[in-house]
Amino acid sequence: MAATSATAPSPPAAGGLPHDQLLELYYWMRLTRSLEERLVNLYRQTKVVGGLFRSLGQEACAVGSAFALRREDVLSPLIRNLGSMLVKGATPVEVLRQYMARGDSPTRGRELNIHFGDVVDRNFVGQISHLGDMVPVMAGVTLSFRMRKQPRVGLVYVGDGATSTGAFHEGINFAAVQRCPLVVVVENNCYAYSTPTDQQCAAERLTDKAAGYGIPGVRADGNDVLEVYRVTREAVDRARRGEGVTLLELMTYRRKGHAEHDNQSYVPAGEIDRWARENDPLDRYLKTLTEDQGIGVDQLISIDDRVKAEIYRATDEAEASSFPEALDALEGVYADPPRMPVLWYREGVRRAVEKHERPSSWGTHDG
Amino acid sequence: MAEVTYLEAIRQALFEEMERDPDVFCLGEDIARYGGAFKVTDGLLDRFGAERVIDTPISETGFVGAAAGAAHMGMRPVCEMQFIDFVSCAYSILTNYVATARYRAFLPCPMVVRGPSGGYVRGGPFHSQNPEAAFLHTPGLKIVYPATAADAKGLLKAAIRDDDCVLFFEHKYLYRRIKQELPQGDHVVPIGKARLVQEGKDLSIITYAATVWKALEAAEQLQREDGLSVEVLDLRSLLPMDDEAIAATVKKTNRVLIVHEDTVTGGIAGEITARIQDLAFEWLDAPVKRVAAHDVPLPYAPQLEDFVLPQTTDIVRAARWLAAY
Repeated sequence: MAATSATAPSPPAAGGLPHDQLLELYYWMRLTRSLEERLVNLYRQTKVVGGLFRSLGQEACAVGSAFALRREDVLSPLIRNLGSMLVKGATPVEVLRQYMARGDSPTRGRELNIHFGDVVDRNFVGQISHLGDMVPVMAGVTLSFRMRKQPRVGLVYVGDGATSTGAFHEGINFAAVQRCPLVVVVENNCYAYSTPTDQQCAAERLTDKAAGYGIPGVRADGNDVLEVYRVTREAVDRARRGEGVTLLELMTYRRKGHAEHDNQSYVPAGEIDRWARENDPLDRYLKTLTEDQGIGVDQLISIDDRVKAEIYRATDEAEASSFPEALDALEGVYADPPRMPVLWYREGVRRAVEKHERPSSWGTHDG
Repeated sequence: MAEVTYLEAIRQALFEEMERDPDVFCLGEDIARYGGAFKVTDGLLDRFGAERVIDTPISETGFVGAAAGAAHMGMRPVCEMQFIDFVSCAYSILTNYVATARYRAFLPCPMVVRGPSGGYVRGGPFHSQNPEAAFLHTPGLKIVYPATAADAKGLLKAAIRDDDCVLFFEHKYLYRRIKQELPQGDHVVPIGKARLVQEGKDLSIITYAATVWKALEAAEQLQREDGLSVEVLDLRSLLPMDDEAIAATVKKTNRVLIVHEDTVTGGIAGEITARIQDLAFEWLDAPVKRVAAHDVPLPYAPQLEDFVLPQTTDIVRAARWLAAY
């Protein structure tokens, strides 16, 4: 198969989507941005106990691509793909509980941020921090679809940085050889932490890598949500037809630091402002909807209001959640045995833990 | 009933489990058309087809990760490392992704990673390793290392049916050197239970894998030449470990020698020693001693390999020292 590496041409207006779906895309992008803004507030109030990761300026990549999937398709999000998880059915209250380490968070306080999943119903997989590892995992998820003759597709996101890893290479190569129904989305946001893409890879385009795997590579404007939807939909359809893996490179820009603490000192002056001013995915989409699609601003404002109300409600709900019971830390490493034993020197404090008392000497001396 | 080799016992387990459960499938390098470097998977392709017996690229991270993904979806993959030495290539994905999946994301990961392990075969530094200790430190994994054909079959069947990831170490020296009649029917050996190979009263040897046989040789010699009655405990499962069986043998003989083929520093004997002094310190009449490989990469030349690895004579010498303590 000849690999094609090309920026896809301009899409037909609105990607063939009806108005209600166009508005849905707007809703998911707005929800993503507003939810992250709420998380920033909670982070500054120290209610987010770990790091905070933003996808500001990249919402179109996550939302547009996930929108091309069916419910039964499996998605593997990365740290900048909150939007894709929301599209797949993750709820704001789950995200808030997770960030705030609550006992009823999707991982019961075991994992941070958006590292959670649901492969029973909504079909997205909890990621790990080791970049590239989700590619082989999704190769296996989609291999199972092929083996069981299920008409399902998988989609895995990586960043520009992860394309340098061995796991990315091994996973995409395995999936290509096995013709797994998998779409690999490289979200090229110009930086991996502080490292610019040209320090990551000497290839002109990351889609050039596709040729090495014998699969098509398609580069697209990642800040145009309809374009993202269109190219992903093509790749998803191709996978569903049994034609194997596609590598997509979505060109975008990370306007915030790697995480909230990162002051972005490595970014050239003016670069962030220029992207914010000239190439914001929500601004661009709003313009498309109002100018090309004749959608009234009032409709969009009412979506904004709905999002705001939902986030307030979710925040209240999440803040009312309790923190995990300490002893739950020992549950569920294995199916069998169901829990790990308490170490001997903690036996003395066990009753206190069960009574939810926190001994004054906790974490230093057992007295 | 015919005797079956350790290798054939493993193949029987694979055949029977693939017959029993359509979700079980095998993947690895050269396992399908070629039947595997040691021919463990010979015949699987003919019986089960290319969809369930998959030749993979040389990509341990790739296919171990793929096994995890398939396992999340309800499959029960069995990965072969062509030599267990190469499991280190998949170390990150096994310890970071697979081992944590259930705990951090409630993702079931029922899978087996198996492969030929161990030395005494002139394999040199990269075809002789015993990397089990490297994984003992990872909550979320299980580790088994059988010494007999019956245990190889029964433990592999248990590993395939287990709902978590099991690392199944096969000793390649034993592949075709030992054979026995296997128990009839669906022979499953529970993970986490040691096997009391031989009862004794003067001292205990705790060991696993190929050194079980060296321990038995030594025990026989010690009985004959010294009149010593040696108990031999084969752990079989390293994670979880059978603390009860360990405590029982210590309390019985009060002197313990731990023998393994892996290098001594950071080897599993250290963990067993710690457990013994936790479980039965007052019962000890002598220090717990270790016989293991010297702390060097395993060399190729027979004179070097035989010197580095624990031998029967080493066990005899150490046991005499312990008995005289």
